[in-house]
Amino acid sequence: MADAPKAGCARPTGGLVGVPKDDQKKDQQSKSSEQEVKRMIQVGKPAPDFSAPAYYKGEFTSVKLSDFLGKWVVLCFYPGDFTFV
Amino acid sequence: MSVDSVFVHKMWNDNEISKMVKGGVPFHMLSDGGGKVGAAFGVYDPDAGVENRGRFLIDPDGVIQGFEVLTPPVGRNVNETIRQIQAFQLVREKKGSEATPSGWRPGKMTLKPGPDLVGKVWEVWKPEMASE
Repeated sequence: MADAPKAGCARPTGGLVGVPKDDQKKDQQSKSSEQEVKRMIQVGKPAPDFSAPAYYKGEFTSVKLSDFLGKWVVLCFYPGDFTFV
Repeated sequence: MSVDSVFVHKMWNDNEISKMVKGGVPFHMLSDGGGKVGAAFGVYDPDAGVENRGRFLIDPDGVIQGFEVLTPPVGRNVNETIRQIQAFQLVREKKGSEATPSGWRPGKMTLKPGPDLVGKVWEVWKPEMASE
């Protein structure tokens, strides 16, 4: 597991592993990078590695996808907490 | 994973989900402020500033075996997700020598792809079996 973040006022953030922070920002904003993003999520191809802050059984911690190699992983995204369905 | 902070995750788990699921969420609730990870997986909607309902099955080698993405108002089918994991686990265990036809569930017949089966699937597998 990656290091547990301190529960301070600064909001902890994660991101892709092995991609400079500036490039990640660019990825979201420039349309020319859309094709590149699509290529990253083909079935049969490796999932992009990332780390992210997490809440888990009463604790604040941090998770890295590659820490779960050797296990099956279900990764779910959703619009937001309290969004009904 | 959503764009919410871990603080909001805690509030949602402690004040609502734990009332529906005994002990609360049994897995990690991940925070993706800014949507960087969601963007890499193609589920981040920059106009709305949130992530769509994406679900990715990642195998023990870190390879994506399947995914499904829904817009926010429609919820997922957890049973279908579990069925797919069971099918992928069987295929992995058999090293690809068996394949799971439409509607397969544990205990139902698999197909063994090979020269003898070409053009003969109709003899061993019927469309009704997909929804049995």
